[in-house]
Amino acid sequence: MTFWDLFGLGFMQRALIAAVVTGLAAPAVGTYLVQRRLSLLGDGIGHVAVTGVALGLVTGTSPTWMAVIVAVLGALLIELIRERGHTNGDVALALLFYGGLAGGVLLTGLAGESAASLQEYLFGSIATLTVSDIIATMVLAAVVIVVGIGLAPQLFAVAQDPEFARVTGLRVPVYNVLIAVLAAVSVSVAMRTVGLLLVSALMVVPVATAQQVTRSFRSTLAVAMACGAAASLGGLLLAAWASFHARVAPGPTIVLLSLAGFLLTWPLGALLRRRLRRREPFPTGAPAAHEPAAEHPHEHGPDCGHPAIPHDDHIDYVHDGHRHAAHGAHYDEH
Amino acid sequence: MSLTSVVPDAGNAPDSADPVVVANASVALQGRPILRGVELRVHAGQFVALMGANGSGKSTLVRAMTGLLPLASGQIDLLGTPLSRFEDWQRIGFVPQRIGAASGVPASVWEVVASGRLTRRRLLHRLAQADRAAIDAAIEEVGLTDRARDGVATLSGGQQQRVLIARALAGQPDLFFLDEPTAGVDLPNQQTLTEALDRLKAGGATVVLVAHELGPLRPLVDRAVVLRDGRVAYDGPALEDHQVHHPLFGEAHSHHHHPGDHAPDHAPQVTAPWEDPR
Repeated sequence: MTFWDLFGLGFMQRALIAAVVTGLAAPAVGTYLVQRRLSLLGDGIGHVAVTGVALGLVTGTSPTWMAVIVAVLGALLIELIRERGHTNGDVALALLFYGGLAGGVLLTGLAGESAASLQEYLFGSIATLTVSDIIATMVLAAVVIVVGIGLAPQLFAVAQDPEFARVTGLRVPVYNVLIAVLAAVSVSVAMRTVGLLLVSALMVVPVATAQQVTRSFRSTLAVAMACGAAASLGGLLLAAWASFHARVAPGPTIVLLSLAGFLLTWPLGALLRRRLRRREPFPTGAPAAHEPAAEHPHEHGPDCGHPAIPHDDHIDYVHDGHRHAAHGAHYDEH
Repeated sequence: MSLTSVVPDAGNAPDSADPVVVANASVALQGRPILRGVELRVHAGQFVALMGANGSGKSTLVRAMTGLLPLASGQIDLLGTPLSRFEDWQRIGFVPQRIGAASGVPASVWEVVASGRLTRRRLLHRLAQADRAAIDAAIEEVGLTDRARDGVATLSGGQQQRVLIARALAGQPDLFFLDEPTAGVDLPNQQTLTEALDRLKAGGATVVLVAHELGPLRPLVDRAVVLRDGRVAYDGPALEDHQVHHPLFGEAHSHHHHPGDHAPDHAPQVTAPWEDPR
């Protein structure tokens, strides 16, 4: 069997679908979490969802749907503590992290389930998805993407400046809860792809990558979703290809690939920011004294190659630590 | 003008069309009274400056007027409707204290200003031509057209303040509340702000502005209301900056630090949900 034969197999096709929709949905919510400086919220909800999975295993019901329910409840609790406790949420998150994880492991043990069945959810098991799993994944991901993009203006305004949003008449608490619920749903969606312990990576790393090269919120959201889908799909294919030679788990491969994407764009972002800073206009105000530049054979102009920076009503040309402004036949030091 | 001629209720002739009516309003934060029995009527088209020392309650009053803080007692009517039933938010423009227009994700100037247009947009509808035109006009009004596509975080403090003003303008309101729009803003940017506010005033808008010092805004101000310790201490024509810092109005001249007179957004401990932070 070759690598290409894999695509004819049902489990691989299901895995491909799951990878793409998860890769699109997770950053769609992740962008709002990063905007609120709540990057680790996804991780907190992921830990809480472990208890949901364990409840599903104990009661013999669907671990996926139990995870959705418990994750949503956990997200609402985090939002309540954040809103009413007036913390920025990190201590609140920590409290829930540990309760959720410990509860899940304890319950799994009580049910007599092996650690292996829990591990499927902790680190993902994209190759074992059933048809009904895929339908659930697609429905939940579609909800996340439609709400995340459709309500983007409102969600953006609420996250950007909650007080201003209130004075425009938006129901800020409703949107806060909506974001928390969306995060919980996308955690449950990504649970089978990358696993609960790595879920947050798919929500946050593509956003961090996108931020390196974008200047606006919309483009950050779009680039993050593209990065998420690319990392998810690429990671799955890479793991499938590598699995002919070694045991390679798709979940960690997806996360590592998406981190690699960040590492590649990081220097690019640094370069862009440096260029932007160099092009920043100089503060207004003329120099105290008229100081003509020394003998200057070079003639500055629009394409002389030196950065041309606006300064009041004229242009300063910057080179070798000097700012030269044309003044009659000579240049002034500004 | 001598300060002994202070008339607490000057300019408060009743008028049913007054856009802002504050009647015996009190606000308490964490059980401590911050505003006590404030009476204030702002007439249509008036440019009112709320002034006073740090902790005098001037910011609290503007936050109560915009519904951000609940009243302990009394009532505030905006445009003839009590705040509790007020729905006409597209007529209100709010410029909060600049706590940094930036957030965890880059946002362009255009996007931030566009969020001020939400009052007039329908849920899940695309931006109409009129919306785009209003957003572009608001950005032009504060002179940032050439920076519209740039990230807000790359702008200077004064330019960010102009973005917040443009955001309030985008909804085309006729009643403005501005909380310290000139605090920490350099003189050229204050000049630009003043010109924008001057055009607003000429257009007939009602403006309520919190300021520690008026600076270049002074010629625009029709009426100054000075608060002291949560009460109205002076209500009358605009004052010179040194008069506001007269001992009558509280502490002698103090340099302005950003006031901490609203609820802290971050407490070191996780407070319980049933505790009242206010």
